[in-house]
Amino acid sequence: MSINWFKYASPQSFYPLAGRMVPWFMVPAAVLGLIGLYIGFFVAPTDSQQGEAYRIIFIHVPAAWMSMFIYMVVAFWAGLGLAFNTRLSSMMAHALAPTGALMTFVALWTGSLWGRPTWGTWWVWDARLTSELILLFLYIGYMSLAAAIDDPRRADKASAVLALVGVVNVPIIYFSVQWWNTLHQGASVSISRAPSMAATMLIGMLVMVFAFWAYSIGVALIRVRLLIMERERNSAWLRETEGV
Amino acid sequence: MARDLLIALRHRSDVLTTFFFFVIVVSLYPLGVGPERETLREIAPGVIWVAALLAAMLSLARMFGTDYADGTLEQLALTPQPLVVLVIAKVAAHWLTTGLPLVLVAPVLGLQFDLPADSLATLSWSLLIGTPVLSLLGSVGASLTLGVRGGAALTSLLVLPLYVPVLIFGAGAVAATVTGSGAHGHLTVLGAMLMIALVFAPWASAAALRISLE
Amino acid sequence: MHWGSAAEFLAMGGYALYVWGSYLVTALVICVEVAVLVRRGRTLRARAGRIAGPGSD
Repeated sequence: MSINWFKYASPQSFYPLAGRMVPWFMVPAAVLGLIGLYIGFFVAPTDSQQGEAYRIIFIHVPAAWMSMFIYMVVAFWAGLGLAFNTRLSSMMAHALAPTGALMTFVALWTGSLWGRPTWGTWWVWDARLTSELILLFLYIGYMSLAAAIDDPRRADKASAVLALVGVVNVPIIYFSVQWWNTLHQGASVSISRAPSMAATMLIGMLVMVFAFWAYSIGVALIRVRLLIMERERNSAWLRETEGV
Repeated sequence: MARDLLIALRHRSDVLTTFFFFVIVVSLYPLGVGPERETLREIAPGVIWVAALLAAMLSLARMFGTDYADGTLEQLALTPQPLVVLVIAKVAAHWLTTGLPLVLVAPVLGLQFDLPADSLATLSWSLLIGTPVLSLLGSVGASLTLGVRGGAALTSLLVLPLYVPVLIFGAGAVAATVTGSGAHGHLTVLGAMLMIALVFAPWASAAALRISLE
Repeated sequence: MHWGSAAEFLAMGGYALYVWGSYLVTALVICVEVAVLVRRGRTLRARAGRIAGPGSD
């Protein structure tokens, strides 16, 4: 299995590869999504404490996990692009960011709707919610900075610096969850109920996590192809591929 | 850095504007919210800290902006002196002209909110540790957005997620003292943030400056 | 399967607003995201076609 990975480091060669990869992620995403929703609504039992409201978990947790995970991946690709001056790495980061931001929004939205019937409030300033909100701001900042700079190279590098600085922030934010527990006993509600979950609930949730994961990759691949098209629009190879 | 301070002294109006903005904003709250002591004491940490954030954000454009506009920044970048040193000098100048005055005047403002003496002390300490962090983190935002359209608003947007934890622990420290539960934990975290910012921010800002100056 | 009827399913034990509010918004987000990408793709390809079209290499 000696694939020359560097062969795909150029936008020109990655473009068709990405195109072939898209269905391999989007189709499983849809299938897994359907399976996960089926399990979530028809197999998993009603929760003894929260009733049917808990079923939001099948979206909320996958979205939240993806929001964090995608940010780390964005920082990774952006950092790679910054360090090695590879355009495609930066493009991959830009392609992932909007999906990550939307995942963060979904996590916040579903979390709020879940909190209303269970905690009695739409929002609470506990460490976990606040850090998720900060994450949304980080995404928006990253995308805004990249959009505000006209020169693509400078935009790539500047937004990469920002993404990396944001990564430093994230452990601080999550570390604060422990501090919060010592400073404000009982103020933070533990959202992680995996150990005490019924098996079907857990399985349904995990299936949805993989569905969201596959979806994110698929969408990012579509978006990176569009980015390649936009940036390389003056090059002959693209015109040949898509033009005629 | 001496040069920056000299410029700051000459453009005293800039420095004082930010300072008075801070004072006025903070002083408006008792007027707007009413003289109910309990309320004032509750909102005081947040109000003062948010004002500190705003003051820091407003003055960020000045950190590199004027030098960038007249080309001095590029010349400074060409000197054999490492860019990191330049950044640290700029940050120090920014803090001395925006952060330090806030630290000094905050206890007086805290009295307007009927904060007890030990809370005033915590307030000063939290600002003393926190405002340098604001300057350090602000330098990253300022250096990334040099000459970019959207300017100050974009800088504030970028810097906001980084500022929020500082705000939370800074205001939280004072609030903890007011309620009696002790600010030690909060101040320690603030201190940790300062350490981390001291290590990472100048380096990130220098990198950003190099990118912006290309 | 523990839903007695379709009505029960939709009602979600009284939590319909929250559960369906979450799922529908998420579905909307996904649809919008994909739709925007598809439209962008069409525009770009049309533009590339016009550039490469009449009298190209």
